[in-house]
Amino acid sequence: MSNGNGNGAHLIEMHELTRVYQLGPQEIYALRGVDLIVAQGEYVAIMGPSGSGKSTLMNIIGCLDRPSAGQYILDGTPVESMNDDELAAVRNKKIGFVFQTFNLLARTTALQNVELPLVYAKIPRAERRQLAEEALSAVGLGDRMNHQPNELSGGQRQRVAIARALVNKPSLLLADEPTGNLDSQTGREILDLFRDLHSRGNSIIMVTHEDDVAQEAKRVIHIRDGKIAN
Amino acid sequence: MFFENVKIALRAIGANKMRSILTTLGVMIGVAAVIAVVSLVQGMQYKLSEDLQSVGTNYIEVFPDAGEGRGLPQKLPELTIEDAEAVQKATPTIKDFTPLFMTNVETKRAETHHAVQLMGVSAAYQDVFNHWVDRGRFFSVLDAESKKRVCVIGETVAEKLELGADPVGKSIQINDNGFTVVGVMEKKGGSFGQDRDDVVFIPFTTAESIWGPENMKRLILAFQMRNGSDLDQVEEQTTEILRTRHHLKKDQRNDFRVLAQEEILKMISKALTTTSVVMGAVVGIALLVGGIGIMNIMLVSVTERTREIGVRKAIGARRADVMLQFLIEAVVLSGLGGGIGVAGGYLLANVARLLLKRLLELPPVHTPLWAIAIAFGFCAVLGIIFGIYPAAKASKLDPIDALRYE
Repeated sequence: MSNGNGNGAHLIEMHELTRVYQLGPQEIYALRGVDLIVAQGEYVAIMGPSGSGKSTLMNIIGCLDRPSAGQYILDGTPVESMNDDELAAVRNKKIGFVFQTFNLLARTTALQNVELPLVYAKIPRAERRQLAEEALSAVGLGDRMNHQPNELSGGQRQRVAIARALVNKPSLLLADEPTGNLDSQTGREILDLFRDLHSRGNSIIMVTHEDDVAQEAKRVIHIRDGKIAN
Repeated sequence: MFFENVKIALRAIGANKMRSILTTLGVMIGVAAVIAVVSLVQGMQYKLSEDLQSVGTNYIEVFPDAGEGRGLPQKLPELTIEDAEAVQKATPTIKDFTPLFMTNVETKRAETHHAVQLMGVSAAYQDVFNHWVDRGRFFSVLDAESKKRVCVIGETVAEKLELGADPVGKSIQINDNGFTVVGVMEKKGGSFGQDRDDVVFIPFTTAESIWGPENMKRLILAFQMRNGSDLDQVEEQTTEILRTRHHLKKDQRNDFRVLAQEEILKMISKALTTTSVVMGAVVGIALLVGGIGIMNIMLVSVTERTREIGVRKAIGARRADVMLQFLIEAVVLSGLGGGIGVAGGYLLANVARLLLKRLLELPPVHTPLWAIAIAFGFCAVLGIIFGIYPAAKASKLDPIDALRYE
């Protein structure tokens, strides 16, 4: 999976990472020097109260945002100074997002939703279709491919989202409160799916504020006041 | 990628059918108006250039002209066959001429009546007007010399008098004088409210013997020139000769008018072009308004779909991808409007022609391909111009903010 230079075994390497927001004349520190190393194949939960910098850290890990200072190496590639288009390419190839609110495109079939990252990766149509079908079958939705999101249950929608996240074979599956909008039974099923994916070698980072969900992960990182607490 | 975007655009447009239709209504109406006007005008232009070709350019007409109501009308100006002969004799560039004696007559065959225009012409008519007999023959110089009661009829007359498939040799009555049909003219079709096949030709000499010489003094004279003659020079010479013959003093105005067919048709053609340019400008404003409508709805669409844009960016869409998506959506939207507009305009032109039929016979509608191409091109450009701002706005959205947007 790693095409990395240097320390190839590390999926994520962060050194002295800070993120400062300029709010008028005021500087607000969301992250105040984060050092973090995540190995390939790890299952990590990030926890913290709101305002702790948890979301900012997740955005930076997901290459949606850039740090103000410090170093971030993702899968061997330094990403802290990339431009927008380079970051988009990294998001496309190395990261699979799973959101609390699923964020599927409406009026678009499950199959088309899952194909979308491959469209942006400029993969030919036939191959795209095949990969998307495989990904949907892998999450147990082989018989729901041509349904639109509004014809699917919450749990099924989240599975489609997971299939979409995995279809590009990313280095990292990044989940933001993946069970937050699901009842406990369905949430359980999604967490089982995550455990299964982890056991097959996928690296997962999950942001949550629920202890029992965090317990699913092999490592829990607590964020407080813009720093890693443990 | 391109086709993906077109598909996405069609899906987005389909999701808001009513809104999309209302949005493109401006473009639709604009394009329909352009196509309708252009189709009608082009139909007329087409007809005109056809006429121009069939008549030829080596041709002038001279009319008696009393002038426009200056003082009391003096005696009506005369224009006679002697005038024509004198002009021909003195002007070597004139090849031939025919007088035109025109009057309305009643034709009859058994119990069938038909009112029609009669033309007394010379045997040279065919050549001068480039209008030829189709079946049978035209009357000859000999027919004319012996003032024979023979006639050549237009297709419409043959139909109206129920002369059957072969009218040649049959007898008809013209104002109670017996005539023999010797030929049927080739079809000319209608032109600007006038059926040019609803006409009877008889020798000028025969007409003179029936209506009397006193009625042959206000003729129209049609002169055919030799190829490559200087039109202005012939006009000048003709004017000179006629003025001398009519004993006009230096300060007196002409009691006739010389018109070159070419000039008349060119004048009409120019007027039509001006009309379409003016209409085009008016319609351009309509399209501008339509374009603003598209921009407006695209801005709404970008705001509505902020979250979708965020998702697309999160899974790897670059700025250019998002930009292209919305730009194509705007172009597809205006292109659809344009397509419906073209069809609507063509329909509108035909309906207008049918509705006007009673008042005015318009030539068949002619929608040139270039007009359709320009209409579509204009719509595409419109989509790009008015889509670029909303698309740029969409592409610049920050993915984090866009994902959080409720």
